[in-house]
Amino acid sequence: MTAQIAYAEVATGDELPSAVFPVTRETLVRYAGASGDFNPIHWNERFAKEVGLPDVIAHGMFTMAAAIRVVTDWAGDPAAVVEYGVRFTKPVVVPDDDTGARIEVSATVAAKLDDEARTVRVDLIARSAGQKVLGMARAVVRLA
Amino acid sequence: MPLDQSFAGRSYPPTEPYEVGREKIREFAEAIGDPNPAYTDPEAARALGHEDVIAPPTFVFAITFQAAGQVIQDPKLGLDYARVVHGDQRFVYTRPVRAGDRLTVTSVIETVRSMAGNEILDVRGEVHDAAGEHVVTAYTKLVARQKDDGEDRA
Repeated sequence: MTAQIAYAEVATGDELPSAVFPVTRETLVRYAGASGDFNPIHWNERFAKEVGLPDVIAHGMFTMAAAIRVVTDWAGDPAAVVEYGVRFTKPVVVPDDDTGARIEVSATVAAKLDDEARTVRVDLIARSAGQKVLGMARAVVRLA
Repeated sequence: MPLDQSFAGRSYPPTEPYEVGREKIREFAEAIGDPNPAYTDPEAARALGHEDVIAPPTFVFAITFQAAGQVIQDPKLGLDYARVVHGDQRFVYTRPVRAGDRLTVTSVIETVRSMAGNEILDVRGEVHDAAGEHVVTAYTKLVARQKDDGEDRA
């Protein structure tokens, strides 16, 4: 494990570089295939509306995967993530057009946890269409 | 009908091994749009100290959720899967999943409870490699909603 960010150089309150991840219907079909999650709420508008959703929604696990990229891109080695958890609070609604939806992710070093293990807690915020789509999104990251 | 509370603490037998392939990891990384070379290039992964390409942090969910199917579909538990939404997800890693791993999952029902008319099920999936070493634990909260009001789906 070789994170590229040194624990000693990180301070509580530091912001990680934020990122925006586009999500189209094609993204969801591709994710369904790769993950094996073929729940029709993620690709079938008729079904999604029948069960009371405004439209097709992204897989929560896709949003979770997109959000942690802000941390793995920052740390350099994805294995630096030793713990990662989220709550799925609002769906990412994906319209059937060329632009789809956007997931905007920002992250902050919330605490330095352990000087010996060189771990920090990173708190993530993920938004789509102006709403927070993840709650309690936190990662524990082992730095160099 | 409320879930059978006596299921809390119940453990299911380990799954048959899932063999993690390089190309499956590549497919998953492409699906999440992540070009990190540690997921696709063995040399880049080795430069980071890994034996082979590693999987993105959430990759293992496909394996643990399939294993949780034993729990979800257990007719004695009485969960109505049509009403189930994914509430929370958390992973605690000992090491990253990597190509060549043969992973088994042991699912455990941590808690079963009712809250505001919803049935809440916490399932823990312990993932071990062929040597029996711990790789990652997945904590999955599933919520079976009383009414289908269409919110909070994930």
